Amino acid sequence: MLNLADIPDTAADALNTRLNHLQALEAESLYILREAVAEFARPVMLYSIGKDSSVMLRLAQKAFYPGPIPFPLLHVDTSYKFPEMISFRDNYAKEIGAELIVHRNEQAIADGASPWKLGTQNCCGALKTRALLDALEAGGFDAAFGGARRDEEKSRAKERVYSFRDSAGQWDPKNQRPELWSLYNSRLRKGESIRVFPLSNWTELDIWLYLYSEQIPIVPLYFAEDRMAVVRGGSITLVHEGVKLLPHERPEPMRVRMRSLGCAPCTGAIRSEADTLPKIIEELITFRRSERENRAIDHDEEGSMETKKREGYF
Amino acid sequence: MPAITDAAHEQTFRRFLDAHLDQEMLRFTTAGSVDDGKSTLIGRLLHDTKSVYEDQLASIRASRVNRAGAGQVDLSLLTDGLKAEREQGITIDVAYRYFSTSKRKFIIADTPGHEQYTRNMATGASTADVAIVLIDAKAFAKLGTLLPQSRRHTYIASLLRIPHVVAAVNKMDIVDWSEELFAQISAEYTALATKLGLPSVEIIPLSALTGDNVVEPSTHMSWYSGRTLLDYLETVPLQTSSPRSEPFRFPVQLVVRPNADFRGFGGRVERGEVHPGMAVRALPSGRTTRVKSIVTFDGELKSATAPRSVTLELEDEIDLSRGEMLVAEETAEPSTATAFRAMVVWMHEAPLLPGATYLLKHTVRTVRATVRGLNYRVEVSTADHIPATQLGMNDIAEVVFDTSLPLFFDPYATNREMGAFILIDPLSNATVGAGMILAASEEAAAADAPSLSTPTSGPTLFCLPSREEAAQMLTTLAGRGVRVISLDGEKIVAAALPSVLHAVALAGVAAAVTSRSDFDLRTVDASSLIQGMSAAASWLEKSR
Ligand SMILES: Nc1nc2c(ncn2[C@@H]2O[C@H](COP(=O)(O)OP(=O)(O)OP(=O)(O)O)[C@@H](O)[C@H]2O)c(=O)[nH]1
Ligand SMILES: [Mg+2]
Repeated sequence: MLNLADIPDTAADALNTRLNHLQALEAESLYILREAVAEFARPVMLYSIGKDSSVMLRLAQKAFYPGPIPFPLLHVDTSYKFPEMISFRDNYAKEIGAELIVHRNEQAIADGASPWKLGTQNCCGALKTRALLDALEAGGFDAAFGGARRDEEKSRAKERVYSFRDSAGQWDPKNQRPELWSLYNSRLRKGESIRVFPLSNWTELDIWLYLYSEQIPIVPLYFAEDRMAVVRGGSITLVHEGVKLLPHERPEPMRVRMRSLGCAPCTGAIRSEADTLPKIIEELITFRRSERENRAIDHDEEGSMETKKREGYF
Repeated sequence: MPAITDAAHEQTFRRFLDAHLDQEMLRFTTAGSVDDGKSTLIGRLLHDTKSVYEDQLASIRASRVNRAGAGQVDLSLLTDGLKAEREQGITIDVAYRYFSTSKRKFIIADTPGHEQYTRNMATGASTADVAIVLIDAKAFAKLGTLLPQSRRHTYIASLLRIPHVVAAVNKMDIVDWSEELFAQISAEYTALATKLGLPSVEIIPLSALTGDNVVEPSTHMSWYSGRTLLDYLETVPLQTSSPRSEPFRFPVQLVVRPNADFRGFGGRVERGEVHPGMAVRALPSGRTTRVKSIVTFDGELKSATAPRSVTLELEDEIDLSRGEMLVAEETAEPSTATAFRAMVVWMHEAPLLPGATYLLKHTVRTVRATVRGLNYRVEVSTADHIPATQLGMNDIAEVVFDTSLPLFFDPYATNREMGAFILIDPLSNATVGAGMILAASEEAAAADAPSLSTPTSGPTLFCLPSREEAAQMLTTLAGRGVRVISLDGEKIVAAALPSVLHAVALAGVAAAVTSRSDFDLRTVDASSLIQGMSAAASWLEKSR
């Protein structure tokens, strides 16, 4: 007799039980999220409002469903984020019922920290790294989820899924814990912590395909639109309140979008017609240049991302 | 916000998406001796499959480091991403890279060849479907045989049960593309593979520097008619055994209980398949029930196969928590045991010694495991078994363990996830070893370890200084009238354990935490504990 439960979900399922590669990546990420929640005393999720964070947040919803996300989200606000990012953050966190912590290095902001005054390295050091380490300490968090992917940058390619940090929040890339199979070591002494990267094995293309197939909302800045911008040092800078114009600069409308979201003064836009997810994905496949190319901080010197990461940057 | 989909594009795009999603994912790792060209080969593979962005290529062209020689781009810099690696010209830790062709998606782990970093090599290799073992043709010609490290890594690949091994005979450009040399290397490698019983082996002559036989067929080696490396990677068959024919295993990762109305068990299907209505048994309680539903954010599923992460709701309220397991009632059950034999790769400076206790993490279950003894050590370059009393860094041995609580496992040879474990030092928290379970141990706790099982009238100490003689000293200690105390881990409140162990460490000795139930630590005060420890330490010092 035919048993209803034996009829597979789709015809493809009947022929092949192998998970497709997005399903396999999703399954791995859910496993990592659950493992960390089961073993750490006080985890938190670093929420940067970007596309990777959006995917990570959806995965967190899935991992603990039908329960709520069992940890707060932490946004380190440098005060230089695009206003669209901030409003998206507040609306979305509310919509999904997540607890949101926003932390800013108020002292440095009051002192006028900016990339023009301090240089990108030092500005990031104060407004991102320092602020992050302070926030983690204030919250007593022993584990922090981050949306970093190994395909983003070559020092990230070296990082474990569980990335151990000493009591000063620093990463020692020459002395990482071995990490075999999917057996993660969560043991810590007081003051030490672990950064957990559930998206380690996802590529930029995987992220976009997942955003599409899951219909996950993202900040509108990712979609092409006519925006006021100036060309500065070979990159396109969007004009908004946080960006000071130089005397000779005349903003003009350009059809652009962001490939990666960071601080307004230091993240360039790209010229693009892609105003839908399928178009973005098609465009991505033809790209010859990396997504972090438009991030000033990665290019100060060879190995600058590694230096930042050692100091505690995500 | 703008429209998230676009009807005009939808159809062509869907077709692309389906084709792309349907790709198989292959994980491979590099292995071999230092400087035989692993990172250069990966760089070449990425470069020639057009998987390197222009700005990344420009940045390695501009790098101050270049070991590839004038006029060449040093492609090893694409994976050697740490400053120390570029400075020293070696790989220190695994780099993960990703690329895809029209046939498959690939995850690469480029691992270090240096013996000092074997633990990082094992990290990269543990999840691989294919191992590329590099062999430097020039080094072979010079030595007249394979380098010991090529043999070591081939052995580790076989130990980790990487399904396929491909020997990439590299640097053919500096041995005049010699067919004769390649034949010699092939013969010796084939002999090694046969000895180790590797199930699937391929040998390809190539040059990472020039790209011959990496992506494009070589024009210099017309005598070779086999596949290029990329051809091989695109077509080597992946594990085809259907999860449906496997017994169901579901280690419980966490209990999902958002409110009084819902109680589910979150976890990953490690083997087999589950569907609603299936009769399941909980381990270790032995209670049976049925699966009520497979709950996910995307709706209930009609079935879930390994390695899917899901939440299971059961028909009955049974006692089940993290680290326990659900299995299918009617299929073969996993072994349940507190004693087993395993192959262990040791990854720490301080040696593994009989009598020592570690934390052992297997699936999502962490228990205490005491080393009962070493059956043999493997001389990795010859695969010979030799007697051993301890394990040093990078040593591999068959070890017998006793655990504080039972483990539910299948042999590693049957299933990686159900047979693998790591060992963690309870004092330093370092991951010190990796293990692959062979089988439950037939004998009960060995009779020649009376100190572990025979209660004595007074307190007993198992102190294990990190020295070679420790194993024998264990038994003689108590007999010679040293004041000794047993640390009974079961009785120490978990929160106090670290500080007790810390005190012990300060006294210059390491302690074995046993699970004897005939002794109550709370009857001993901390100061006498420390006195006992230092007395034992100085006794050991004098008697050396
Ligand atoms: N002539 C020649 N030289 C090569 C070839 N492949 C690599 N090399 C050189 O060999 C040296 C070592 O290359 P790497 O790729 O760093 O070696 P590796 O195996 O990754 O080394 P570790 O990761 O440190 O174990 C470099 O100087 C390379 O340029 C080749 O096919 N032919
Ligand atoms: Mg290398």
